[in-house]
Amino acid sequence: MGQNVRVSRVNRTTAAASFSVSFTVGLYGIAFGAAGIAAGFSLLQTCALSLLTFSGASQFAVVGVLGAGGTAISGITTASLLGFRNALYGLRMAPIVRIKGWRRIVGAQITIDESTGVSLGQSELGDRAMREGFWLTGIGVYIFWNIFTVVGALGAQAMGDPAAWGLDAAVPAAFLGLVWPRLTNKNERVLAVAAMALSISLTPFVAAGIPIISTALLAVAFGWKARG
Amino acid sequence: MWIAVLGTSAIAFALKYFGHSVPEKYLTNPRALRINILIPIALLSALVAVQTLTVKSKLVVDQRLAGMAVAVVALLLKAPFPVVVLGSAAASALTFHYLK
Repeated sequence: MGQNVRVSRVNRTTAAASFSVSFTVGLYGIAFGAAGIAAGFSLLQTCALSLLTFSGASQFAVVGVLGAGGTAISGITTASLLGFRNALYGLRMAPIVRIKGWRRIVGAQITIDESTGVSLGQSELGDRAMREGFWLTGIGVYIFWNIFTVVGALGAQAMGDPAAWGLDAAVPAAFLGLVWPRLTNKNERVLAVAAMALSISLTPFVAAGIPIISTALLAVAFGWKARG
Repeated sequence: MWIAVLGTSAIAFALKYFGHSVPEKYLTNPRALRINILIPIALLSALVAVQTLTVKSKLVVDQRLAGMAVAVVALLLKAPFPVVVLGSAAASALTFHYLK
């Protein structure tokens, strides 16, 4: 009896964390849906990115690069460099969720910042709660992110000129909001400023998309030397 | 654009699946981990700059810069993400209509 009560309490804590993260993060789907339309993607293409790519920063990057006139290749490269961290999350999650066959396909698709974050946040409640956190958050974000992508895309279609509604600034502001919490030390802040300077100074001289990708080399250079 | 949509999706999935399938020792080199943290910082910062200050291959200062100034202030004040984005959009839209 006591055992059961404890298990159900664990479930509720994990479920609450999963739901609040899923809903809050899913809301940002509105910004992505609007960004996709503003960048010239169709409603179907914008929704396909949320359904199939399902990785926020990568999705924003591919519409950002193509919206700025970049090629498909430079868009895919930038998005994939941003998606590499999901492989590291998969590595971290694999021994916890231990999935095989078709479940691994579903599990892989929902391996993102949030499902990994909530799962790791349940570590004090045990492995079972970590598994529940992973699945509930991953599936929850998937559902809300896709619903709100449609909402944002339809809203942006109804708006007309993106600049009149500030959408042209909202997209880089979203990127800034994504990068800001990652700037935890001086090395990272210097890198951020250097990447801005490099991409801006290259823009008039090379094909669109290249100024953005080239800053990955800057990251390699900073990471090669840096301590800790 | 469909090429970009499907290509991005295929690689995004391959990366996620790869992580679930490889032995841990291959991806835990400290230098690789450090670079993996820095790459999103560089790319996202570049996207911020390019989308704020360029149109195609030209450098352009317009209403978007006002929007970004508000975003920076909001982030310095530790405002939540939606406030940052909406504040930035509002400032940019107001500047756009004022300039026009």
